[in-house]
Amino acid sequence: MKKYNIKSSISYPKEGAMGSTGSWRVFRPNLNLEKCVKCLRCWIFCPEGSIKRNKDDTVEINYDYCKGCGVCSNVCKVKAITMEREAKKK
Amino acid sequence: MTVMIDTGNYIAAKAAVMARPEVVAAYPITPQTTLVEGIANYVAKGEYKGSYICVESEHSAMTACIGASEAGSRTFTATSSHGLLLMHEMLHWAALARLPIVMCNINRVIGPGWNIWSDQNDSISQRDTGWMQIYCSSNQEIFDTIIQSFRLVEDKKIVLPIMINYDAFILSHTSMPADIPSQEEIDDFLPPLKPAWKLDCENPIAHGTIIGTEYYEKLRFAMHDAQEHAKELIPKIAKDWEKRFNRHHGDLLELYRCEDAEYILVSMAAIGAESKVAINHLRDEGINIGLARLRTLRPFPSEAIRKLAKNAEIIVIDRNISIGSEGVMFNEIKAALYQYVDTKVTGFIAGLGGKDVPYWDIEKMCKKAIEGKAKHQVWFGFEEVQ
Repeated sequence: MKKYNIKSSISYPKEGAMGSTGSWRVFRPNLNLEKCVKCLRCWIFCPEGSIKRNKDDTVEINYDYCKGCGVCSNVCKVKAITMEREAKKK
Repeated sequence: MTVMIDTGNYIAAKAAVMARPEVVAAYPITPQTTLVEGIANYVAKGEYKGSYICVESEHSAMTACIGASEAGSRTFTATSSHGLLLMHEMLHWAALARLPIVMCNINRVIGPGWNIWSDQNDSISQRDTGWMQIYCSSNQEIFDTIIQSFRLVEDKKIVLPIMINYDAFILSHTSMPADIPSQEEIDDFLPPLKPAWKLDCENPIAHGTIIGTEYYEKLRFAMHDAQEHAKELIPKIAKDWEKRFNRHHGDLLELYRCEDAEYILVSMAAIGAESKVAINHLRDEGINIGLARLRTLRPFPSEAIRKLAKNAEIIVIDRNISIGSEGVMFNEIKAALYQYVDTKVTGFIAGLGGKDVPYWDIEKMCKKAIEGKAKHQVWFGFEEVQ
């Protein structure tokens, strides 16, 4: 990767360039692999690239960077991803 | 070399096209209109082969230039007065992003009331955006400064945008002869742009993302450092230009009859040219006075002004006013001298709203200051109300 010798707000691509954004999460997406039909809609729509696509087209959620926006759950046609509050009220 | 007799705007258009920018994005506004019309004419004649983007506002003009410059293109635009003010947010953006954009601003009064004549409050109000600012006093200087500016801003140690200012109508619509070098000579002086950074699909980067406090201050310091470096590079480039074309417009300050001067008049832009006549007359009367015409407001030549003030009193004529304070040049000159040189500085506000400032008025101002009749700062022409 070419680096530029100038002080400007340039950011070079790498995993987690913005830090551990997973700590922002209020709702956690839970993936039920038994329901999953490997359509990959969640993988396409995740705005943060936090869903990993495996070779067999199964998916995994990277909770280090998932902010819990819920887009994946919303676009899932078989309701395989459900959103659950991270900290429960006592 | 050919001689072109034309208005400041058409000569600026010629310079812009000869610098071969890949992108020009501009929106017309009086008195800049004929400049962009001039470039459009070169497009129609096939002499300008870059992209000419007609945008819907000045804000868009600057954003189009930012986009083009980020993609690694040489970029030019021009505006004036309210158009410049509409760009304000994007001016900061262009400077902080470190983009070498060259822009002409034709100094015009800010409304209301509506007035299209010359005064500098438009560009002065953009002083702190990080742009370098040069003020020209002749059509030849406009041509030479535009070409030289491209080389300045594209230097790896600078990479900041620049605003080349000149007076509405007094220069923008007044014909004067200017020597125009051949395209080959210009190409030799100004090689194609090698961008300091760019958005490139082959080498992906993101720009303008969130930035933490620990880095932001460093970006600001780097911009300041670049402007400090420009103080050395502007004269260097001017010297190279002089070697090739036998013309020199002075550096950060143009000095005129300053040797052995007891008084130094500091003025800017067209008033700076008019001041030379006044200096000649005052010298004829036996007054040892010289002129320092300020060319670069940013970077501000504090060191050069301190040197001048060592043996002379300073008289300043501002065609601008920072309301609630003072004329900006007056203010900054005093700040530059404080704790270095203890000399008398007298300021005048003159020519606001495009009011003419002829040489005989400049002489009156100088005499008033020399005779000690001027208070700290005088609004010339209505002392009776002060």
